[in-house]
Amino acid sequence: MAGFDKVVASYEEAMAGLEDGMTVISGGFGLCGIPENLISEIKRKGTKALTLVSNNCGVDDFGLGVLLQDRQIKKIVASYVGENAEFERQMMSGELEVELTPQGTLAEKMRAGGAGIPAFFTATGYGTPVAIGKEEREIDGRMYILEPAIKGDFAIVKAWKADRYGNLVFRKTARNFNPMAATAGKITVVEVEEIVEPGELDPDQIHTPGIYVNRLILGSFEKRIEQRTVRTAQS
Amino acid sequence: MALTREQLAQRVAQELQDGYYVNLGIGIPTLVANYIPAGIEVMLQSENGLLGMGQFPTEDEIDADLINAGKQTVTMAKGASIFDSAESFAMIRGGHVDLTVLGAFEVDVNGNIASYMIPGKLIKGMGGAMDLVAGADNIIVTMTHASKHGVSKLLSNCTLPLTGKGCIKRVLTDLAFIEIKDGKFHLLERAPGVSIEEIIKLTEGELVVPDNVPEMKF
Repeated sequence: MAGFDKVVASYEEAMAGLEDGMTVISGGFGLCGIPENLISEIKRKGTKALTLVSNNCGVDDFGLGVLLQDRQIKKIVASYVGENAEFERQMMSGELEVELTPQGTLAEKMRAGGAGIPAFFTATGYGTPVAIGKEEREIDGRMYILEPAIKGDFAIVKAWKADRYGNLVFRKTARNFNPMAATAGKITVVEVEEIVEPGELDPDQIHTPGIYVNRLILGSFEKRIEQRTVRTAQS
Repeated sequence: MALTREQLAQRVAQELQDGYYVNLGIGIPTLVANYIPAGIEVMLQSENGLLGMGQFPTEDEIDADLINAGKQTVTMAKGASIFDSAESFAMIRGGHVDLTVLGAFEVDVNGNIASYMIPGKLIKGMGGAMDLVAGADNIIVTMTHASKHGVSKLLSNCTLPLTGKGCIKRVLTDLAFIEIKDGKFHLLERAPGVSIEEIIKLTEGELVVPDNVPEMKF
């Protein structure tokens, strides 16, 4: 690696330094825009006792769900965790700690973590189980709860296109949590479908500037669809 | 007769106005998109990061990178925009969405809503529902009025863990359209052929019934 060139040659190199007990923030919504090969590498490495921060936890045999098979996840912070039988089993038996977090609060926690904001007040979750143990404050006649930011030892991100300097462009709704995740990792690792030379991306069209990115790798993706819904051409 | 799922969606659609940005929850709310009145423009917000959600794709149009908040493949309508999750919830929390429609297990006379968890049975998470109910001013909850066993879901106090506190003002059930104010349910409309007595019987929370309760029109 030289200068601003973030490209690494192997997935092993991409996830080097990940250790037992670390916190990993992942982009993705359902199975859309997930860093599927970086997740596979974590499975291959066998790193244990991880805290995962992600909107969802994949399905039994794809996405973050594969890390449940060898019980690599100690705790997950997520907004929605349906669609996964092994997840439910581990949660009910107490093997897996689950911190359910409202989706918008989760996105903002990542954004704040990356932006140097230690915590923020939000009305979301006031008066619900989410508020338990959190500071409450009335501001202009409305009640809010204090939500702490989240930072990760690693952030794993899927983007569509990048230049070698790690400037990122996402595609359609595969963007979702990825830009916030990218800002919130001590080490941010990004996998993409195409890498171009610096200068080839229009600076006005870059979604995530390369300053947030530490390692970049070119991958190939299955892009599994969770709910294939179609209409007939006539309707 | 209790309303069908389609009729519930049709009745909600009557509340749509030209130029509305609307977030539709999963289930019956999604069906509202099929009944947008002719001659008005509505833009659908999907909280995973899409404003201007279109119809389902044809086989040829399927794109794994383009889904809605229910994880279904979708298309983009003309004039759509794409953004990240923080931006999406800035729209929602910031009160920029004109109408939110979502389901519930229970609501009560104080505008509390329970919709995301049944302890010991169903623990899947709140997704975006807590942000939606906290951020939106104009919310319609769609739900069945009572369980199959006749147990009311319109209560004096919610029994399940809350999704939001004091944030619901309008509820459309399969039997009635109800407004919540001053700590009471107020009966606005009834489903065609449903008697006021039946609605009273299946409403556990205090219900104010005006002299004239019109039937819903379709």
